[in-house]
Amino acid sequence: MPLNARTITDEELFYGHKACPGCGGALVVRQALKVLGPHAIAALPAGCMSATGFNFPQLAFGNNAMITPFASTAAVLSGIEAGLRAQGAKPEDCTVVGFAGDGGTADIGLQALSGAIDRNDDILYICYDNEAYMNTGIQRSSLTPYGASTTTTPASKREHGSITHKKSLFDIVCAHELPYAATASIGYMNDLLRKVETARNIAGTRFLHIMAPCPVGWGFPSKDLMSVAKEAVDTGLWYLAEYEGPTVSGVPGGRFKLNRNPRAFAPIAGYLQRQKRFSADDAADIEAIERARDERWEMMRSRWA
Amino acid sequence: MKQFLSGNEALAEGVRLARPQVISAYPITPQTTVVEALAEMVGAGTLQAEYMHVESEHTALSAAIGASATGARTFTATSSQGLLYMAECLTYASGGRFPIVMMNANRALALPWNIYGDQRDSLSLLDHGWIQVYADSNQEALDLALMAYALGEDPAVSLPVMVNMDGFALTHTYESVDVPTQEQADAFLPPYVTKNRFSFEHPVNMGYSAGPEYNRFYARAHHDDMMACARIIPEVEALFAQVMGRSYPGMVEAYETRDADVVMVTLGSVSGLVRDVVDELRAEGIAAGLVRIRYLRPLPIKPLIDALSAASAIGVLEKDISFGAEGTVFTNVMSALSRTGRIPPALDLIGGLGGDDITHAQIRDAFDALIACATSSASESEARQDPVRFLGMDDLGGDAACL
Repeated sequence: MPLNARTITDEELFYGHKACPGCGGALVVRQALKVLGPHAIAALPAGCMSATGFNFPQLAFGNNAMITPFASTAAVLSGIEAGLRAQGAKPEDCTVVGFAGDGGTADIGLQALSGAIDRNDDILYICYDNEAYMNTGIQRSSLTPYGASTTTTPASKREHGSITHKKSLFDIVCAHELPYAATASIGYMNDLLRKVETARNIAGTRFLHIMAPCPVGWGFPSKDLMSVAKEAVDTGLWYLAEYEGPTVSGVPGGRFKLNRNPRAFAPIAGYLQRQKRFSADDAADIEAIERARDERWEMMRSRWA
Repeated sequence: MKQFLSGNEALAEGVRLARPQVISAYPITPQTTVVEALAEMVGAGTLQAEYMHVESEHTALSAAIGASATGARTFTATSSQGLLYMAECLTYASGGRFPIVMMNANRALALPWNIYGDQRDSLSLLDHGWIQVYADSNQEALDLALMAYALGEDPAVSLPVMVNMDGFALTHTYESVDVPTQEQADAFLPPYVTKNRFSFEHPVNMGYSAGPEYNRFYARAHHDDMMACARIIPEVEALFAQVMGRSYPGMVEAYETRDADVVMVTLGSVSGLVRDVVDELRAEGIAAGLVRIRYLRPLPIKPLIDALSAASAIGVLEKDISFGAEGTVFTNVMSALSRTGRIPPALDLIGGLGGDDITHAQIRDAFDALIACATSSASESEARQDPVRFLGMDDLGGDAACL
């Protein structure tokens, strides 16, 4: 039976946390842990989810969980996995899983992530991407999109927000030829749940890059969380893809798959306008965003579709 | 069994005998031959451990933290810039109360870039909540690998231990070392058992955050348990002596201090040379003594007071300088003595920086300067005004030709 909103467990493993209303990251952690089950061991670096989930005595994880140094998500995961294996103490249904934000993954945590993939440690790394350092108050990360205003890329006379496009973390990770990687979005929950389940059932290093909008940092009402997340995909500004490495797919270099390849995209202007972070963007900015999107899709369609 | 081993090889033998379950390894001179030796042991099957080829020191310690959180006995090793690179992880390891044992090959800090031995690396991290111990010989390095686990894993302590060895002077110098049997090691060191770990029956949240209203309780417990080492170290050493037939003197080694007028305080392998000079001075009728600090964290307050407070003058010979202040060992020794209300005149003798040789003549000269401090009020007042002397540069007031 496929996992979906009807079939997923009612048991909560991430509960009683202090995340903001409409937090996409909290939803990622909550839903992923439902798929992984109570024997999952979670490690989280500095970031929104550790700041809101680990406040003694208000500890929000019903499963084993710990904080890691900011750069060390993957490193601590590797250590946990090695420790369990060395003691012969790892239950078959135990997933060692990390939840780190975009900064914690694509910036400061990238080296440790690369090291873990290189060793093919048996871990699942989940990046919840809210496109800036939200926990410290909305500063730019390398996954902040072009044109998005943050507190370190403030819209000004000179610039209208971030002047760099999102670094392609998924491509960087897949270049390691790891067993499994996927992108997902909380706006397409069934796809997300399926990918967590797929990742759970594969051995070796697995990576999920999940788009998780932040109402506070992006500037939209909390109630719009799911529709904004869905629209990011529908406009083509985020994409749903999977990668199966050579060991899983049997294909040299691995196999990519676009899970959603719409004939036409929803218009981006409306998506940008409903978020305060893009409010300074002019027609030229929108054109630049659109052009980058189209180039990305041209590449993905020609190689992955 | 006696073997002719370098310090690093001896340390690795001690680690093997301790049966670590997870080893995270990243090379740095002059630590490298430790992780090489352990890799060979794992390859040969003489050591059953998960050997992790990590991509940095930061990950080496982070992985050890993760492994320790599962209840595994863990080991890692580093040196110098590598130690500083993992510095933020040191507080996670100690605050999380993970009794990881880490060997640190004491080495100078950049810049100027330098691979040779001094002690600025570990001394700059005294405040990171780790037990710090310094070996004086290859035998002691091996034995400390075993005793470090026994101490750190004691439920009354539950703290990580940094075993420091002078780069090259110990790590790459060969000595005859008595390697215990595995049966002896097992009799001394039982498997690691702890409640400070993940549990599938009763899941736990570890290493969480604690705000202003709770933070002090964690800090206080950390401090108290560090102080408990003063009680636990003699217990560990007594058991070690019983099993191995080799005894150690506690947090400091006091040599000829009972009636000493002038006492040199040391840290690490330079102690051997100072001991020789003390013997010579004694033969000449001069009441000289040596205090070798073995454990600098926790600070051996009472042993330092016992060994030093009756001296007429003290020298602290250290391979370290806290720029703009004084040597860190000096600061610590003076702090311990201040509790007696009487601090003898003292000189802070900075030497061996960047692997510079500390010579027999310099130590003689330093003792002469201490004797001058003890007997001349002018010298004493000068020492009290500015105790810092750089060996090989500053006039110690003795025979300038010795410098």
